[in-house]
Amino acid sequence: MSERKKIARWFWVWEFEKEELWLNSMALEGWTLDRVGFCKYEFIRTEGGAYTVRLEMREKDADYTAFIEETGAEYIGRVAQWAYYRKKTELGSFDLFSDLDSRIAHLDRIGKALTVVAAANIVIGLANSFNYVNIGWINLLVASLPAYCVGRIHSKKEVLERERAVRE
Amino acid sequence: MPENIVLTEATYYILLSLAEPRHGYGIMQRTEELSFGRVHLAAGTLYGALNSLCEKGWIRPLPGAEGSRKKEYELTEKGRGVLLDELMRLKELVNNGETVLKGEEK
Repeated sequence: MSERKKIARWFWVWEFEKEELWLNSMALEGWTLDRVGFCKYEFIRTEGGAYTVRLEMREKDADYTAFIEETGAEYIGRVAQWAYYRKKTELGSFDLFSDLDSRIAHLDRIGKALTVVAAANIVIGLANSFNYVNIGWINLLVASLPAYCVGRIHSKKEVLERERAVRE
Repeated sequence: MPENIVLTEATYYILLSLAEPRHGYGIMQRTEELSFGRVHLAAGTLYGALNSLCEKGWIRPLPGAEGSRKKEYELTEKGRGVLLDELMRLKELVNNGETVLKGEEK
């Protein structure tokens, strides 16, 4: 039985690139991501640098997963809308995005998912403010977090869009 | 006057790779081969581009084997036309670049 370890962890949505870097630094040390769950990762002992790990936000799409696996990568699992993959480094480089357009489209997907969460809380919050149970402020408070995330993601997108105006 | 379409590098190489039918991974390999390893198409980028190009009718999926997810694609006549227009445009860019920059050297 190979050695395993679990780590409890949480990341802010606008720091998904940092999270990916961290997962890859773990892989370099010989701890490769093997399972994912809500706020927890499970790693398996491998040779250092044996795998490249990637993550992205994307709705469940069996065709897409099959496509990724066709390129030699493995699907590890998903938490909410975040999907994790890994590929043996000996099989070649592994990236999910290779141009600005697809990076911008990815940020768009993240922004839209967060907007849905924020909007739902605002609607519920307002509805609750106008009836006799005066708890609407809770939803409005809850809505402020995804709304803040939308802002952070949006400014990341703006940086890429400015770049896109002069190059691909 | 036809619309002045400028292809991205990814689109250009995907279309070029599909001069013969290929599946996704085949497109990635062909692109690397054509560009001597310079252009690498990432899987997510390629997947999105293939869907968009099918919608535009520049490429089409070939009817696959029963139960197989591994789709093959090929260039359509429309796609070939777009590639030929792009080639003309690229020639113009190269010619103008050479004329202007070589003129400066003298």
